[in-house]
Amino acid sequence: MSMTQDIKSNRLPNSEIFDNFSDMTPPLTEKQVLVASERCLFCYDAPCIDACPTDIDIPLFIRKINTGNNHGAAKEILSANILGGSCARVCPTETLCEQACVRNTCEEAPVEIGRLQRYAVDRLDKSLPYPFTRENDTGKHVAIVGAGPAGLSCAHQLARNGHQVTIFEAAEKSGGLNEYGIAQYKLVDDYSQKEIEFVLEIGGIEIKYCQALGRDISLAQLREQHDAVFIAIGMSDVNALNIPGEELAGVEDAVSYIRDLRQEDNLANLPVGRRVIVIGAGMTAIDIAVQSKKLGAEQVSIVYRRAQSSMGASEHEQELALKNGVNFICNAQPKQILGDKSGITEMQFCRTELNSSGKLITTDEVISIECDVVFKAIGQKFEDSPLGGGEKPHLDNRGRLAVNENYQTSLNGVFAGGDCINGKDLVVEAVDHGNKAAIAIHQQLSKNTAPKTQL
Amino acid sequence: MKKNANLACEFIGIKSINPFWLASAPPTDKAYNVIRAFEAGWGGVVWKTLGEDPAPINVSSRYGVHYGQNRQVVGFNNIELITDRPLQINLDEITQVKKDWPDRVIIVSLMVPCEEEAWKNILPLVEATGADGIELNFGCPHGMPERGMGAAVGQVPEYIEMVTRWCKQYCSLPVIVKLTPNITDVRKPAEAAWRGGADAVSLINTINSITSVNLETMSPEPSVDGKGTHGGYCGSAVKPIALSMVSEIARNPETATLPISGIGGISNWRDAAEFISLGASNVQVCTAAMLYGFKIIDDLCDGLSDWMEKKGYQNISDFSRMAIPNTTDWKHLNMNYKRIAHINQDACIQCGRCFAACEDTSHQAILKTGDIGNREYTVIDEECVGCNLCEITCPEPNAIVMKDIDTGQPHLSWLHHPANPYREKP
Repeated sequence: MSMTQDIKSNRLPNSEIFDNFSDMTPPLTEKQVLVASERCLFCYDAPCIDACPTDIDIPLFIRKINTGNNHGAAKEILSANILGGSCARVCPTETLCEQACVRNTCEEAPVEIGRLQRYAVDRLDKSLPYPFTRENDTGKHVAIVGAGPAGLSCAHQLARNGHQVTIFEAAEKSGGLNEYGIAQYKLVDDYSQKEIEFVLEIGGIEIKYCQALGRDISLAQLREQHDAVFIAIGMSDVNALNIPGEELAGVEDAVSYIRDLRQEDNLANLPVGRRVIVIGAGMTAIDIAVQSKKLGAEQVSIVYRRAQSSMGASEHEQELALKNGVNFICNAQPKQILGDKSGITEMQFCRTELNSSGKLITTDEVISIECDVVFKAIGQKFEDSPLGGGEKPHLDNRGRLAVNENYQTSLNGVFAGGDCINGKDLVVEAVDHGNKAAIAIHQQLSKNTAPKTQL
Repeated sequence: MKKNANLACEFIGIKSINPFWLASAPPTDKAYNVIRAFEAGWGGVVWKTLGEDPAPINVSSRYGVHYGQNRQVVGFNNIELITDRPLQINLDEITQVKKDWPDRVIIVSLMVPCEEEAWKNILPLVEATGADGIELNFGCPHGMPERGMGAAVGQVPEYIEMVTRWCKQYCSLPVIVKLTPNITDVRKPAEAAWRGGADAVSLINTINSITSVNLETMSPEPSVDGKGTHGGYCGSAVKPIALSMVSEIARNPETATLPISGIGGISNWRDAAEFISLGASNVQVCTAAMLYGFKIIDDLCDGLSDWMEKKGYQNISDFSRMAIPNTTDWKHLNMNYKRIAHINQDACIQCGRCFAACEDTSHQAILKTGDIGNREYTVIDEECVGCNLCEITCPEPNAIVMKDIDTGQPHLSWLHHPANPYREKP
């Protein structure tokens, strides 16, 4: 971000920023764990398991925690979800497992599944043998594109099955959104990298960095040189506002700012606007708004074109933003951003309302909000150019890679998962895709005959 | 301190402001504790067991615990011996406290060797303190039995009878015989005490136990320098055992009029009411006080008094032994009685615990329908035997209720049941 207008670094003292970005949900203490784990009813056919995309046997791991069998609990979690440690920290549990907890019914408070999961995974006993073993080498070699949650979980599962895996990662580090996209205070202490070290301990997985599909490697090449390919490249493009002034300095893409933030050693160095506008309504909008506030922005407003009740971010996330002093302005559609070479000064919005048929329409009322920075957080999209010019997998109606129930694309031996296929764009879901694709790939490689794609 | 008039009662001629005494144990070891207990409102204490000088010496590390899931103490045990203070200090303190608190009961617990001289010597000293009565500690299960005392006496009815008789002979105070549960049939020692002239029995003393083993050191807990021994188990875990033993003595025609002071895991007013309904005339509390302090007396008195008020009981004796006529042998139970479970869907939180319990371990009498989120558990009436397991496992009060079914059939016990080859012919 360029230092235009009222944009500067060091808005807050280092120590304050350090505190602001410390672990938002600190680990449970041993005593808290006893209380929390004792609340689990060990439900039969538990709804929390059903609500977890990776089907972790939650009641069982909680019971193990309660009996002091923390290592067993960790194994239970990791065998279903090798990234159970980061999922415990970043999952919107309030919309997943914890929402399904039967304790909500009469007590209005679920068992703290996420925090218990973190406790267990953190207590995997490193003095005991690695909890997974690798089958004998099958001689098969799978290429995975992208070392994010989907790629890593797929790699681990395939490695367990004895296949050789090479992951091609475009960035300098692996982890995908866990490394570059999750809000800092949700995943502290370089956790993603530590977790990946653990994933790789299985053996048989090689990661090649700075290898971007379509730039350094091609899909055709990968297919030729490997027995199967799993594409997990996420979404590399962001949606545009398509309004005048979008090109001005000070109008930023939230995703890339968070990416920079996550890699910055001294957060005080980051340029921060005094008055910040965030356009969007999802998790990224909340993340960038809260982080701007934590970096010292005076005034941060999330502006959304629909009513607050329609926001994609969960109530829990919205509360987090409110608690951090973020302001919400709803029913306002971006009109234009004003400014010049020295930066931006204000953004104009048209008031919206629902017409009689329930359609969102803009009115004549225009509101202006003064600002130094505008963050765009209106969603990402899949960029298909890296797939190259030759034989390409089909896309679905949302423009992402189309896959069948085995996560196979329209191309033989080419599978896909994570954010580059249609879904809820959650880490835990990406892990699930990776797991399931690995099972399908393993079956295919074991049979050595490719099943017909069903698209 | 609040006074609840209806709680005042008399036990073997000893008047007490309420039926709650502290049992002979660490809480009643010395004047300081006993005064604090009286200030808090306890009706009486059984002073921690006195013995002959020199007083025994206790080891370090004395209690072992049995925890529930969330560190709640289900029960604990101890390997402490009788008082480790010189006899005279105890006698002086008893004398002074009784003088200062004339409306409170002090019973002195005693344990000396099973020799007439020993009892003959100590009894006058105790009587001189002004104490209201004595309790013979024939129950202590650890340490003292190795020296021929405590449970070593309590397990031999003839010794109980003999020592009780000595006490009645050499002392004019009321005599309570404290019984050990570490025997096969508690009625026998109670009968022996009765024959010896005991004014009352108190039970239960603690139960032989090892609460846990330290898997690092392979030593039982509490561990004394790497070794452990069995101790006396107490706390709410022992309540069901104590209730049964109390009822056995109350139901036994031989001892039907023998007054009972109920002991064993009493933690709240409801427990106390249950003991009294099954034969106790008053109760003694220890573990609950050791875990929460003396202040629990407030709930004990208040809860019991309000409950009595609501029920229309003027005095403790009004409901004492009221459950005895309903406590019977299995052979007299009505085999034509039927109850089945009913699941109240409004209160059900769909945890499925009832289903797991019934399906895996009982009678497959619960039906699971619908998908997660809309799960419905219902009882298959024809399969339900009314075992109560689903109701017991259910975490939600009132979600599962057991309902009586009118079979229209008359009372029929096993004694007269057609399937009983030895049935009594009418």
